[in-house]
Amino acid sequence: MVENRPVLNFFAHAVLILGAVVIAFPLYVAFVASTLPYEDIVAVPMPLIPGDQLLENYGQVLLHGSTKGSGAAVSRMLFNSMVMALVIPVGKIAISIISAFAIVYFRFPLRNFFFWMIFVTLMLPVEVRIIPTFQVIADLHMLNTYAGLTLPLIASATATFLFRQFFMTVPDELAEAARIDGAGPMRFFWDVVLPLSKTTMAALFVIQFIYGWNQYLWPLLITSEESMYTTVIGISRMIVGGDAATEWHLVMSTALLAMLPPALVVLVMQKWFVKGLVETEK
Amino acid sequence: MEKRVVFRSAWLPYLLVAPQIAITVVFFFWPAVQAIWYSFLLQDAFGLKTQFVGLQNFVTLFHDPHYLQSFKITAVFSVLVAGSGIVISLVLAAMADRVIRGALAYKTLLIWPYAVAPAIAGVLWAFMFAPSIGIVTYALKKMGVDWNWVVNGEQAMLLVVIAAVWNQISYNFLFFLAGLQSIPRSLIEAAAIDGAGPTRRFWSIVLPLLSPTTFFLLVINIVYAFFATFGVIDATTQGGPAGATQILVYKVFYDGVKAGDLGGSSAQSVVLMFIVITLTVIQFRFIERRVQY
Repeated sequence: MVENRPVLNFFAHAVLILGAVVIAFPLYVAFVASTLPYEDIVAVPMPLIPGDQLLENYGQVLLHGSTKGSGAAVSRMLFNSMVMALVIPVGKIAISIISAFAIVYFRFPLRNFFFWMIFVTLMLPVEVRIIPTFQVIADLHMLNTYAGLTLPLIASATATFLFRQFFMTVPDELAEAARIDGAGPMRFFWDVVLPLSKTTMAALFVIQFIYGWNQYLWPLLITSEESMYTTVIGISRMIVGGDAATEWHLVMSTALLAMLPPALVVLVMQKWFVKGLVETEK
Repeated sequence: MEKRVVFRSAWLPYLLVAPQIAITVVFFFWPAVQAIWYSFLLQDAFGLKTQFVGLQNFVTLFHDPHYLQSFKITAVFSVLVAGSGIVISLVLAAMADRVIRGALAYKTLLIWPYAVAPAIAGVLWAFMFAPSIGIVTYALKKMGVDWNWVVNGEQAMLLVVIAAVWNQISYNFLFFLAGLQSIPRSLIEAAAIDGAGPTRRFWSIVLPLLSPTTFFLLVINIVYAFFATFGVIDATTQGGPAGATQILVYKVFYDGVKAGDLGGSSAQSVVLMFIVITLTVIQFRFIERRVQY
């Protein structure tokens, strides 16, 4: 702070509080709705004080799902989301760190060609190749499988770049010393590179966990069986169209369950999250 | 940038890049090549015969008023999302940079929406704005505003913009805050000594120094509005009413998956691919320049 201006400080706090409240309002409304019986929600205006149906609503969606839209149990969907949220970051980190290691620590024919190939994937998001990718998955018999849900999403140029960038900052003396001591490349990788990369891995993990958990278009395309729905897909399937026809108390309970894991990861690992966010964007 | 010290092996590096290259080829290159190939084909109404028609699909596409309309809607949508998202986050970040007491608490309260899936963000706002039962709809009605996004295209657009901006504020906020905190204090102090007040300092020093961050966020937000908002749209308006919120990505999905128009949808994919490539090139050009600062 350069100078003390009480009025301006007051104003700053007021703006921030207003912002935080407006941002939190949808969450609060969702929470209240998830504790109310159906009749209270369709009675306009719905109450803004939590009701007493919390356990009933959450129990209903976790064990049985909604009664009008998709009838799949949300516990199963949470499991599917968790598979995506864990396999995608772990797979992405694993294949990116070894390919970055190869590109930084070896000279081999086609090295630049491979690097260029990985780079170009940045320009091919799922959205621009919807139908052919769907057909590839169908040809490989991976529709409605965990492999189909995760495998196509683990290739990532950003993760490879991030590791490459980090490896460039690792002092050459370490590799030299390792070579003089007779360590081969893989020994050097396990004993030196991997421990040094811990921070980068943690940051990537947080970002990719959220990325995997929140996937929408991809599971929408390749899952048709309710047992393979992720939570986010399940929510959109519970909305049956028409305001009053949708069981909003169950939709909102599911929405809160779907928000909880990634929100916890962001809040608990805030430091890694900020680092990952700022660094993965080149 | 090259490493001075390298290892030697005739086979190991290939083995190490193999998994990533395999996935890239199977799930990225092969489908992309197919999308380009399909865009030159025309299928008959029953999907029995396909014939090579060259650029016919593209010609049809750019003569299709629905497609041109979708282009316009995407432009309006991304300008609204990027513009309002950036302005709101900049205000919040500037305030958060000022306060000392409670700074961490504010930050925590402002960044959590990043964890919310776009589709869920859409559902939350659609619920509050639901035409017959929504709590905000009720408040608007009390104020004399007739709100029904299910039939009113402009209100539907407003709804998806609000949901999309809400979802993206935390991201912009964190980048602006990082940008603000990297501005040297001495510059601000020097200006203060010369008698510049907080407003003057913001316009003449802070904002120009933030321009790289702002430009970066502009590109990222446009990419976000083009692609990542698919979930917001699909979970709320589904492109409606009457195509009022049908952005390009949604149209590719709708024409290809729901309407089964292989050639037309692929041609749209190819157009989108060009847009992504352009945006990526702009972004990288700019980042190269920023490094020289």
